[in-house]
Amino acid sequence: MTKTNTKITLPTENCETCPAFYTLEQMGFKIGNFDRVVALAGNPNTGKSTLFNALTGLKQHTGNWPGKTVTRAEGGYQFNGVRYKLVDLPGTYSLLSASQDEEVARDFILFGQPDCTIVVTDATALERNLNLVMQVMEITDRVVVALNLMDEARRKGLEVDARSLSRDLGVPAVPISARTGEGIHTLLATVADVINGDIKTKPLRVEGTPEFQKAVRELVPMIEQLAPGVPNARWLAIRLLDGDAKVQQALLSGELAQRVARQKQADVQFSRKMSVEGRQ
Amino acid sequence: MDPNDVLVKAETLRNSLSSGFRDEIVKSLYSEAEKIARRAVKTAQEKKYDLDQKIDRLVTSPLTGLPLMLILLGIIIWLTVSGANVVSEAIANVLFGIGGWGRALFNQIGIPWWITGFLWDGVYLGLAWVVSVMLPPMAIFFPAFTFLEDLGYLPRVAFNLDWLFKKAGAHGKQSLTMAMGFGCNAAGVVATRVIDSPRERLIAILTNNFVPCNGRFPTLIMLATVFVASAFPPALTSFAAAGAVVGVVLIGVAFTFLMSWLLSRTVLKGEASAFTLELPPYRRPNVTRILYTSIIDRTIFVLWRAMQTAAPAGAVIWILANIHIGDSNLARLIADWLNPVGLLLGLDGVILLAYIIAIPANEIVVPTMMMVYMGAGMMIDAPATSAGIYNLLVVQNGWTMLTAVNLMLFALLHNPCATTIITIYKETKSYKWAAVSVLITLGTAFIVTFLTASFARLMGWA
Repeated sequence: MTKTNTKITLPTENCETCPAFYTLEQMGFKIGNFDRVVALAGNPNTGKSTLFNALTGLKQHTGNWPGKTVTRAEGGYQFNGVRYKLVDLPGTYSLLSASQDEEVARDFILFGQPDCTIVVTDATALERNLNLVMQVMEITDRVVVALNLMDEARRKGLEVDARSLSRDLGVPAVPISARTGEGIHTLLATVADVINGDIKTKPLRVEGTPEFQKAVRELVPMIEQLAPGVPNARWLAIRLLDGDAKVQQALLSGELAQRVARQKQADVQFSRKMSVEGRQ
Repeated sequence: MDPNDVLVKAETLRNSLSSGFRDEIVKSLYSEAEKIARRAVKTAQEKKYDLDQKIDRLVTSPLTGLPLMLILLGIIIWLTVSGANVVSEAIANVLFGIGGWGRALFNQIGIPWWITGFLWDGVYLGLAWVVSVMLPPMAIFFPAFTFLEDLGYLPRVAFNLDWLFKKAGAHGKQSLTMAMGFGCNAAGVVATRVIDSPRERLIAILTNNFVPCNGRFPTLIMLATVFVASAFPPALTSFAAAGAVVGVVLIGVAFTFLMSWLLSRTVLKGEASAFTLELPPYRRPNVTRILYTSIIDRTIFVLWRAMQTAAPAGAVIWILANIHIGDSNLARLIADWLNPVGLLLGLDGVILLAYIIAIPANEIVVPTMMMVYMGAGMMIDAPATSAGIYNLLVVQNGWTMLTAVNLMLFALLHNPCATTIITIYKETKSYKWAAVSVLITLGTAFIVTFLTASFARLMGWA
């Protein structure tokens, strides 16, 4: 054999934590095959679309005014060999009222069951942004908070402590600046860790009064029986107690059960594909 | 398990809870958010004054806000008018030159006259017109508009106009969707999804077409340049043209309010709902992104769409002009037949025929009109300069100032283009509302042009 034996150095433990090790490949619209789904939620005008473009390499129209994205946009990126489908949701202040853009966002987080939801927040107006973060955490555990516009916050003389925020919220918070690309690798690594379970999230939830908790506990089994495998019966119970007409309608028409079934089917297909391709 | 049981159970449980339990939860959610935010955010140094706030005080003041807005709009339109004119002529000269050369070549190698005519005098001429009339104004207007959008100015516009929309019984966010309508009415209709109340959303959808979209701006700009400006001394032409376009835009905004008010008092009764509008910080616009968005997403997109409809429109006109009946042709016969209605509206039969042919994308109406005049044998050569257009229309076809003014009004008010109508249907999921949107706009256009024509004639101006 004349083949020269070049020694390939495998990355060591230390190297793996170094951002330069990670590879980000923008995949644009090539999202036919993907391994994971990540949703981008957040208040209007916090830079979701800018982050979306930075990750996917697409050129979604961005503009400095709230309410620009009213439908969801999808794109893809590959990070460390795993292909992610990224879904840009309309910016909303809450997930409670019933305008169409809020419904699109809420339905996707609930029924689309993304593997992880990034809530993009405006670091210069954190308090208002946290309301939505907490509402998203009511629906799903797998949340990563992206503290965007950190450059603007610094310009305004604000210091945002991501660690204190992570501790209080029970989910990771990563400071980024989507426009300059600052912090994006850490964000993606964190998302991957949350999906793998390397980071365990424990979202802060507002419990309410004991009577309320009891009422929720009574409703949950009924909902689970009605729509077996429903992603978040607790949240649905709270919405029913609140008299949410949309959720009532979904329950009555059987739409809820249908969506759960559809999702399950997709899950089965997904795990089959995974087993064929040998991914975890 | 019956879903009804669950709902009944939820109902009983809800009643068993102390009233306002939900408020309690929302309150604790908010106070929790406040606590967490306070712990996480430290203000390093108190800034004495904020530039953003200073600018906002000027831009959103009841005194200076609206005038500033008009000045900005005026500047953008003036830049467009004065810049586009020169470039338009240059492009037209080149494209028409190529057309003449192609026609000559085809004749020389003995290709049948009807193929040459169909391709060069029909399809190609339609394309050449659209590119030379539309491309330059768009290439100037879009980047300027995108610049303001990126800067964060649009929400300030919404803020300034909010009280007017409230008075009209419409949603304040309608000013945002209206601003989107300047870009594209179909996009404006989709943007109404930010409005929660179905009633106010319908008002926003039905009135969106009253602001001229970027496809219609070139029509307005061309008419203003050729006709309105010609009544002023040369030094003032570009200002006069820009002023006329701003005036037309304001008339469109006025009709938006008027129609919103009428709708909210009649078929769509109700009160305006409250909403919060966030004024985002001003951000330094990203030049490459502005250029990308305005040139690729907007200019090329709109131009491509116009070209797709202009080519078949050119073909249709050529065919109509070349089917001879007696010593006339079909285009001329239809135009003559439409003429009485056209004259009643201060227009003429050719203009109406052009509008009918241009329904798929009415931004191509001016090129279509020129071609119908030519096809109907009312015009010999394709004019390349604005002076040429003026001469041919005024001298050969008896246009007056009334024709130009009413054509601008008609272009502003008439029915939405096919894409917008389809979008309205998709958004409302109702044929009825899609039809209503056409009837309202077309009705307004007919009534307004009829009134101005009658008034002008009564006063002896036309």
